[in-house]
Amino acid sequence: MEARKEETVPENPSNGMPPTSAEDVPRPEGGLPEGAAELPRWGMVVDLDRCTGCQACVLACHAENNLPIAGEEGCEQDRAFNWIRVERYWEGEFPETRARFLPVLCQQCTHAPCEPVCPVYATYHNPEGLNAQVYNRCVGTRYCANNCPYDVRFFNWFDPHWPEPMPMMLNPDVTVRSRGVMEKCTFCIQRINSAKEQAAFEGRPLGTDAVVPACAQACPPDVLVFGDLRDPQSKISRLVSDERRFQLLGEMGTEPVVIYLSQAGDGR
Amino acid sequence: MSKPKHHHPLPPDEQIVSEILAPMERITWRFWVFVSVLLVVLAIGIGAFFYMARTGMGVTGLNRPHMWGLYIASFVFWIGLSHSGTLISAILRLTKAEWRRPVVRAAEAMTLFSILVAGLFPIIHLGRAWLFYWLIPYPNERWLWPNFRSALMWDFMAITTYLTGSTMYFFLPLIPDLAIVRDRATGWKKKIYTVLSFGWRGTAQQWERLERALSIMAVTILPVAVSVHTIVSWDFAMAIAPPMWHTTIYGPYFVAGAIYSGLALVITVMAVLRWIYKLETYLRPEHFDKMGKILLTVALVWTYFWWADFLTGWYGRLPHDRLAWSEYLFGKFWPLSWTMLLTNAVLPILLLSFRRFRQSIPAMVVLSLLINVGMYFERLLIVIPPLSLKHFPYVWGHYWPSWVEVAIILGSFAFFTLLYAVFSKLIPIVSIWEVREERIYQTQKRVGKETYEAVALPTVGQEGGHG
Repeated sequence: MEARKEETVPENPSNGMPPTSAEDVPRPEGGLPEGAAELPRWGMVVDLDRCTGCQACVLACHAENNLPIAGEEGCEQDRAFNWIRVERYWEGEFPETRARFLPVLCQQCTHAPCEPVCPVYATYHNPEGLNAQVYNRCVGTRYCANNCPYDVRFFNWFDPHWPEPMPMMLNPDVTVRSRGVMEKCTFCIQRINSAKEQAAFEGRPLGTDAVVPACAQACPPDVLVFGDLRDPQSKISRLVSDERRFQLLGEMGTEPVVIYLSQAGDGR
Repeated sequence: MSKPKHHHPLPPDEQIVSEILAPMERITWRFWVFVSVLLVVLAIGIGAFFYMARTGMGVTGLNRPHMWGLYIASFVFWIGLSHSGTLISAILRLTKAEWRRPVVRAAEAMTLFSILVAGLFPIIHLGRAWLFYWLIPYPNERWLWPNFRSALMWDFMAITTYLTGSTMYFFLPLIPDLAIVRDRATGWKKKIYTVLSFGWRGTAQQWERLERALSIMAVTILPVAVSVHTIVSWDFAMAIAPPMWHTTIYGPYFVAGAIYSGLALVITVMAVLRWIYKLETYLRPEHFDKMGKILLTVALVWTYFWWADFLTGWYGRLPHDRLAWSEYLFGKFWPLSWTMLLTNAVLPILLLSFRRFRQSIPAMVVLSLLINVGMYFERLLIVIPPLSLKHFPYVWGHYWPSWVEVAIILGSFAFFTLLYAVFSKLIPIVSIWEVREERIYQTQKRVGKETYEAVALPTVGQEGGHG
């Protein structure tokens, strides 16, 4: 019995636990195209020990990605529009209360439940393991959002509107999405692309930690660390082996590449 | 001891034809008023849809946990109603249940019209409804193909197959009746019915072919019907994120629910047609009695499946399933769930057990309407509570439909009724040839003290009695 057990190689070497090293990082479903071993595998570490709940990431994301503004009325109708949100939970009874903050963004799942359910392939996995959304292809069935365990997909209930003079500061590198289309965190793919283009233009490889998404850039206590999980030199590769690591709803088997580090003293 | 049965010998052929065709030949002012009211309600619904398409889905009550709402619940409801025709007609035809004859046409028409209405809802529901054709696998210059891994894609295929199949199944037995209409019509009407009746002359060969085609279609349409509602259930059951949905019983549970609501609507429609078009000779209490027995069977099956689904989810104590079931039964959804259990489990099982109840047409109408109210609630309960209570308490929310959604739903009911009302003036709503066939086979038998109407099926040759 024992011998047979050893013969079976689990599909996912981490066996439900977050990856601890570059070799452990699960590959995107369906395999990689030719030469894809060279491609980066983007991921993020979220250190909950450091989060103060300041919401700078939320604001930076809004500015970078041309997010529509739901406004007070929209929020009341449960239509808040934040690709990254900071969930706040209270623990204990007053005066012994303690706030816990949980930044939640698209987990860029390796086995993303949102992908197979889309009837028109508007959401798919790109070779770098990013869970991408093709706005032009989306017809708005909203099935992907239903099947997202993390509720990080956002639907454009109306055409986006910004009060003057805010339209003047829209990011020219990012599409403005029309009504009826689903959208979500892209890991600031426009920044990834421009870093790659710059590297190609200068004829050099994409350097270690050369890309920083808006949320990570804005985070004062360095909660959010973005990088290539396959690059042993990257900051994220060192952080990801921390014993505090866990994945959100890891038991669902979606294999997120966003790895959380729990608050110290949580007995993990 | 129940009352002795009344004798209902069917009238001669000529009278059958003229009685059944009577509604087609005179159109009262009441009909025009009725149709105008329906048109107004439909127009409001269409207006609401265009307003929603131009402004955005934000004019509905939908929000972030509730990406699906009333439209999807209504879609499931209408697809469910479409299952009656198949059941009544195909199963009863295959089992040669003679009492089916006056009922099948009304049930088949209901199937066709409710799929037409149901098919609109996935499109209404789309964020970009004008691009719905992207779900069709048509050849295009970009080599884009729909995603066949998506349950929505299976759904699209299933509905189009069912629509095609049930249109054929509706039309085939209509041909001999259209020929009867053709023979009595004059002028432009005669031309139209001549085309529609496909040169039907009633020869032995034509009858034989019709019977054969009908048997093939009856056998074919049954698995299609079962698959359609199973696939509708998979839109939910294939999703892992919301609690309650990811369960294996959803397929059979949905099929049972579909047949349940469809049968109830057939009973309602039978009573309405009987009353408005004075078809007492053809739709008799014995038919309601038989329908009531089938309804009782389906009520038991539905209740059993509901219980199996509930107990597994509740007993498992998985935190999210458990929480959702608590909210479903004792939380904010309790008025819906307890009404549903009363109207779909308790009342039908108690009442339909009594023959006197089943033979009372007003009582059956009230119960059949209640069952459909309960079934609508059932669909709301399938769509809404699991979405309200997904994994992160931070995004739990409330959903309340807006006037736009309500206007569109009312419009869909008006559209269905309108289709039915108009078609009852264009086609014989009771199958003339099948009733005539029944009259030819009809004999009376004495069993003990009571006299029953019985059917003497010809033993040699099938085409003997056809007119």
